Amino acid sequence: MILLQAPFLNLQALLDGLMVGAIFAFVAYGMALVWGVMNIINIVQGEFVILGGYITFTFYKMGLSPFIGIPFSFLLLFCLGFLIYRTIIFRVVSRDMFISILATFGISIVVQQLMNIGFGSQVETANSGLGTSFLFDGNITLSHIKIFSFIVCLLGASAVIYFMKTSKLGRAIRATAQNARAARILGVDTEKVYCYTYAINAAICGLAGSLVAMTYTLHPYIGLPYTVRSFMIVIVAGLGNFPAVLASGLGLGTIEEFSAYTLGQEYRIGFVFLMLVLILVYRSRKLAKKREYLK
Amino acid sequence: MRKLKKVFVTFISAIALTFGISSANAQDTIVLGSAISLTGKYATNGEHTQRGYDLAVKLINDKGGVKVGGKKYNLAVKYYDDESNASKAAALAQRLIEQDGVKYMLGPYGSGITIAVAPVTEKFGVPMVEANGAARSLFTKGYKYLFAVLNSADQYLSSAVDLAADVNKKAGKKPSSLKVAMAFEQDAFSLDVKLGVMERIKHHGMKVVIDDALPKELNDMTATLQKVKALKPDLLIVSGHSKGAMTGVKQITDLKVDVPLIAMTHCDAASINKKLGAGNGDYVLCGSQWHKSLTYKDNYFGSASDYAKLFEKVYGYDPPYQAAESSAALLVFKDAFERANSLDQKKVRDALAKTDMMTFYGGVKFNAGGQNTSKPMVMFQVQKGENKVVAPVKWAQAKLIWPAPKWADRK
Repeated sequence: MILLQAPFLNLQALLDGLMVGAIFAFVAYGMALVWGVMNIINIVQGEFVILGGYITFTFYKMGLSPFIGIPFSFLLLFCLGFLIYRTIIFRVVSRDMFISILATFGISIVVQQLMNIGFGSQVETANSGLGTSFLFDGNITLSHIKIFSFIVCLLGASAVIYFMKTSKLGRAIRATAQNARAARILGVDTEKVYCYTYAINAAICGLAGSLVAMTYTLHPYIGLPYTVRSFMIVIVAGLGNFPAVLASGLGLGTIEEFSAYTLGQEYRIGFVFLMLVLILVYRSRKLAKKREYLK
Repeated sequence: MRKLKKVFVTFISAIALTFGISSANAQDTIVLGSAISLTGKYATNGEHTQRGYDLAVKLINDKGGVKVGGKKYNLAVKYYDDESNASKAAALAQRLIEQDGVKYMLGPYGSGITIAVAPVTEKFGVPMVEANGAARSLFTKGYKYLFAVLNSADQYLSSAVDLAADVNKKAGKKPSSLKVAMAFEQDAFSLDVKLGVMERIKHHGMKVVIDDALPKELNDMTATLQKVKALKPDLLIVSGHSKGAMTGVKQITDLKVDVPLIAMTHCDAASINKKLGAGNGDYVLCGSQWHKSLTYKDNYFGSASDYAKLFEKVYGYDPPYQAAESSAALLVFKDAFERANSLDQKKVRDALAKTDMMTFYGGVKFNAGGQNTSKPMVMFQVQKGENKVVAPVKWAQAKLIWPAPKWADRK
């Protein structure tokens, strides 16, 4: 066990886990939003992330700083989300959840293939050019870009929460999430709310994606793990509970990192699935118990 | 704009293929078939492969075609897109043979897909020369109609281990005292690479301190690299196709991991010398099938560097080895047709088996399993953003820089 031999690696794993977890939490928050407001499980989440990454990468490829790409990833994905809602999602929003899963799954395949044609299937990364810090005699390594993504994710999330709490649209979104019919009766244009919710989610993904492009690597088929992780985080945290989403996002990142140290890299994503199964089993048992109690 | 052009070109060539070749299928044309990954995961390398084939077909036809039985034939290739899917490729191979009447095949891209196609061509007795399937299992099944112009996967990085032993010995460090860290993806190709590496590690008595498996959906290998930082091995070996090379070098740079020698596969396919910013890919040692600086020659393409110039002129980028080996496959076919002096599949197969020739890509001579035994792998090292061949010594352009300077000392 290397973690016992070299104790500082525990701290390293914890830090790496928290930083990657912040990105997961941010993406998951977007998923929770769409799920809570529209009752849609957005399978295309991961593809939005990667597409956002590619937009930032395009700026890098043109010889510009990838940081310039961040707002563009955010804005372009917002527009794309808007467009996808107006063309496809509005048709499935009030339908069965299964139909919306099929629809978003279909979109994810299309986006994947378009990225493959547009950007090629090779692996890309946008080099941020930021440095690296060493702590504790070089035992702990922190690349600045990871710290940067961590901070941007937290800031982004706070901004979204602030927006939800204070703005008119935010209030409308929350009202629709609580009771769509009542909101409609009281004059909320729920169609508009749905549309903006979906677009905001896409924009969140785009922002996260630009961070992924700078911190990790991109290729058209790496989206699915991000979808699965957000799904899992939302399952654990529940809908509309941001502190819980943040906590379980950071927790997932940390657990993943530790599993990569102890079990090996290959089990990293396998471990996420295992956790998902365990949590679903635990939750359904807990629910079953509640039912007994109610009887 | 380029994206649009690419879609357009693919579309036009698809149309040209369906109409063009079927109408050109007159008696003076030898049609070769190939199911190739033009879309999906392997699209980039599939495109390199197709361009390699196309370039060689054009050149052979321009220079008088193939002479069989005193008659001149032109070559043509009928392609299908296998969508990077092995079972689809096998079905398409069957379709090429049964419905389109193709009598000779060129290989698809990649080990996994070649493994799926080989049983089909074998069953129908269709000779296949392939240039992009390196897994060892292709050559141990006793296939009679499969011929590969490239080196098998186990040879990719084994010479890197020897090189590490060699330089350390010269520096007064016993090879048996060396520590090795490894990270391999768990697919047919990388596991074969590992087999070759392990054999050399055992031979030198080195110690493996990290043996990590990389997932298929790799975009973060921080954990492995942090372990490498902690255990300070003398040699780090990574094999996970382009994404392994890219993710590895990117995070080695970010985490400033110091290892005296790092060896990888697919560095040229991932362009680690260019894509990661100036100097960040430097000092990485890479196993490669071919390099344009090699001094091999033939009568068609001339030298390796002539090939590179021609390819660059036509397609606008430096040919990766995937394109070069694909072009070589057609030279091998042409040579076999002419020696067999017949279009009988059995006779062409026997002629292929007796191939012993020199091409711009290297020597080609097949053993009983259809594996090319004449050409060695080359190792290049990224030096100041350029890929420089450092081994084998016979073709070396530059000396291996070892140990790699520490990150703290780099500018």
